[in-house]
Amino acid sequence: MSATDDGMSYLQSLPRRVVTLYVPLAVFLIVLLFPFYWMVITSLKPDAELLAADGNPFWVVAPTLAHFRKLLFDTAYPRWMWNTLQVSVISTFLSLAASVLAAYAIERLRMRGSRTLGICVFLAYLVPPSILFIPLAAITFQLGIFDTRFALIVTYPTFLIPFCTWLLMGYFRSIPFELEECALIDGASRWQILVKIILPLAVPGLISAGIFAFTLSWNEFLYALTFISASENKTVPVGVITELVEGDVYHWGALMAGALMGSLPVAVLYAFFVEHYVAGMTGAVKE
Amino acid sequence: MAESGSAAQGHRGRLLDNREFLGALFLLPAAILLLGLLAYPLGLGVWLGFTDAKVGSSGQWIGLENFEFLVGDSVFLLSAWNTFIYTFTASVIKFALGLWLALLLNERLPFKAALRAVVLLPFIVPTVLSAIAFWWLYDAQFSVLSWTLVRLGLIDHYIDFLGNPLLARCSVIVANVWRGVPFIAISLLAGLQTIAPSLYEAAAIDGATALQKFRHVTLPLLSPIIAVVMTFSVLFTFTDFQLIWVLTHGGPLNATHLMTTLSYQRGISGGALGEGAAISTAMIPFLLLAVLFSYFGLQRRRWQQGGADR
Amino acid sequence: MAVSLPGALLARWCLVRLRRGEPAGGASNSSGSTPRAGPEGGRGARRSMASVELRQVRKQYGQTSVIHGVDVGVRDGEFAVLVGPSGCGKSTLLRMIAGLEEISSGEILIGDRVVNRVPPKDRDIAMVFQNYALYPHMSVFDNMAFSLRLAGRPREDIQRRVEEAARVLGLGEYLQRYPRQLSGGQRQRVAMGRAIVRAPQVFLFDEPLSNLDARLRVQMRTEIRELHQRLRTTSVYVTHDQIEAMTMADRIVVMNLGRVEQSGAPLELYDEPANVFVAGFIGSPAMNFLPARLRRTPDGVEAVLGDALGLPLEGCELPDGSALTLGVRPEHFVIGSGAGLPAQVLGVEPTGADTQIFCRVCGTPVTVISRERHRFEPGGMIRLTPLPGKTYLFDAAGGQRIPTRDPRRG
Repeated sequence: MSATDDGMSYLQSLPRRVVTLYVPLAVFLIVLLFPFYWMVITSLKPDAELLAADGNPFWVVAPTLAHFRKLLFDTAYPRWMWNTLQVSVISTFLSLAASVLAAYAIERLRMRGSRTLGICVFLAYLVPPSILFIPLAAITFQLGIFDTRFALIVTYPTFLIPFCTWLLMGYFRSIPFELEECALIDGASRWQILVKIILPLAVPGLISAGIFAFTLSWNEFLYALTFISASENKTVPVGVITELVEGDVYHWGALMAGALMGSLPVAVLYAFFVEHYVAGMTGAVKE
Repeated sequence: MAESGSAAQGHRGRLLDNREFLGALFLLPAAILLLGLLAYPLGLGVWLGFTDAKVGSSGQWIGLENFEFLVGDSVFLLSAWNTFIYTFTASVIKFALGLWLALLLNERLPFKAALRAVVLLPFIVPTVLSAIAFWWLYDAQFSVLSWTLVRLGLIDHYIDFLGNPLLARCSVIVANVWRGVPFIAISLLAGLQTIAPSLYEAAAIDGATALQKFRHVTLPLLSPIIAVVMTFSVLFTFTDFQLIWVLTHGGPLNATHLMTTLSYQRGISGGALGEGAAISTAMIPFLLLAVLFSYFGLQRRRWQQGGADR
Repeated sequence: MAVSLPGALLARWCLVRLRRGEPAGGASNSSGSTPRAGPEGGRGARRSMASVELRQVRKQYGQTSVIHGVDVGVRDGEFAVLVGPSGCGKSTLLRMIAGLEEISSGEILIGDRVVNRVPPKDRDIAMVFQNYALYPHMSVFDNMAFSLRLAGRPREDIQRRVEEAARVLGLGEYLQRYPRQLSGGQRQRVAMGRAIVRAPQVFLFDEPLSNLDARLRVQMRTEIRELHQRLRTTSVYVTHDQIEAMTMADRIVVMNLGRVEQSGAPLELYDEPANVFVAGFIGSPAMNFLPARLRRTPDGVEAVLGDALGLPLEGCELPDGSALTLGVRPEHFVIGSGAGLPAQVLGVEPTGADTQIFCRVCGTPVTVISRERHRFEPGGMIRLTPLPGKTYLFDAAGGQRIPTRDPRRG
């Protein structure tokens, strides 16, 4: 990951670097991170401080956890967290399993038409939920799973599978064919090759796809908003926006606390697997 | 799986070693899900667009009636116009800022990996939740942005960011840019890192200035990735829903209604499934355009890779 | 100790065998003594027959035909080398023997069994790949044990066999390492070990040495050869390097454009090439080819180069004036000053042991190797005379060797 002009950097003077590099970068960072800072500060402010006209709004004088306490004990927030977790984990694993098989079939078994199938997967990846939610609402209603977590568990794979398959195809492609041929001569069946050779070698890809898929499901909003109406079935994004906003009085503290806690799981996961996440994101774009 | 043993097992093994059969078997789970819940609803959505389906009634075929209505509907036309403005403006700004940020991050920097990780943060947190933060930042009475500007003496009364049509449009675009720049920057950074440093060294020896290096080395080698990244970005922006729904619900005076939010409002909130589906269907041609663009971007990349030194 | 010497290896191998109470070598099927049952079981008796035979084998990809009816027979215990320029179809042929490519038509027999429709794992073969194809996520031990485990062999048996093979190949201390922690030569050896532990009927090698540096390549060449001397397992070895073919093979099969040009023992091909292609491919530096013409005189038949030199021929049936190609190996020229073909010196390259002289004869570039340390200047003229009885004549049109008898030949 060397910078493009490591060797020639001796030609750059420090003041020049400050103006052309450090200052713009600092501005970028401040702008990108300020909303998070603002979320944290707001969630810790007592109501009185939130609505006070004087004082410095950038700082909190008497931090309180009242908003978090309210969220955890007086609302269905824990329930929404549990729902989101359940839906995300199940749909992620479901999608990963289906994608591993599909990607292996398309990329490695090379059956007739596998190239066309590869293109279809890419096209499926480009179909946005925004044009599917109305017919999907009708379908989930007909299937009798409307307003259940099931509706989300079966619909999330529609955008997860194309993504994961596309990503895993790229990973599988990078594994030399000779390994499979050698295993074939060694007496392995196709299934054994997949389980004992390909999957262990594609672990980074599996993690990337898994992390990314989990984040996508955790962040999903439109389907959850459309298919779920009972409070006890809602996910965090939908619950926060539909239930914590009561009339015209906005409980900013609680809203910010809810936003913060809802972001935390993905942020933590992201912190542990940054490289995999970035590889997943750029891999999907590059391949 | 099928190992040595009985003849029946041997036969099963033979079948499972047949790539056509095995391929079909492996594709089955994904195919069922995607055909049933992606391809079918896509078709159903188009069909619904030609019916007067309502929530609770399956609807009758009414031909082009929905579309004829929409063409004369000023709110729909406004939402289409808004969608274009929103997509175009946000994409251009995102691209410019994203490319700039990518170039900055590609420099020799301390804590580079950590910086990159932090930069991507806006992209990974749930959009709806970060949109709430923007909602609060844009609050008419308590906006910290207004507070700062007043203190600096630049304005004398608080700005109603989401109350005025023009300001509301700008505000939602800013929020969208905030969320989209990291994605573009990190993707382009990945592209920048694949460019061999020796090319810059060769260009330097050939007498290229920094600007010329960018113009003649960076940009051409990055262009295939730019094409793909921007297609995704345009697609995401064009079909954005969450940000608008949280910040403005399409208001004020429908000034920020996008086709997606309008189709939700008419189709789900209003119960007119047919009309909502017609609005969604109207988006498909534009999406196809984006897909084709992306496809040729990929093709070109493959062609470039043929002679590329990687 | 990075690399064991072939001699040490040989000695160790003998020790292993002696300890097991077996003759240390010689017997053509000595490896058959290893207790074994193939992956399928119940085919234990086929040890005696492990020839490989290709009958009119063809390969087509759609409309394009890449192998046009190849017939090759490799006898039990033979080390056969398929050699040819890249794209000649040698690797495809090997992969067809392995079962990795389908055969469009023809028959492949291993032992006396037609294996056309037999999947690779049931052909009782082992293959060493060009890039070794070591499983990166498995230790050396696991790499070597993989096929035995898949075959469901007992643990102790696997342990014993892998350790034995590791000892033979000098890999004993690397068994717990991973492929990425090994040098190129060690990886190559693991790939061989993986093939050995299975004690297959046939070894297939697909350019196994081309990823090694020159020095190691020479050394591994000898080691593979030594190993074959001991094991006597039928081997088919693919390479584009004719020196590898010459030094390793019991029999060379020269391929070009999907056809077998000639097959035979190394020196047989060197001495009696069937056509221009084989003559030019075998030997380094390559044979020189000069355009010539057949002339019938009252005294007999001779080949004329330019208008200068006539080489008397005997037993040639071609009509007067036929276009010929005269082939002379670089070492078969005598450099003189009086008689012979006039040659313009283009450059001189001393290699130490001998001197290579590049010159132009009748407009054709010619390479000459001489034991003496000549100091010709570029641009100077010398005279070259082909050694009597060491020239080859080919039909200029078809490239086929013309069976002539040089009257001067012993």
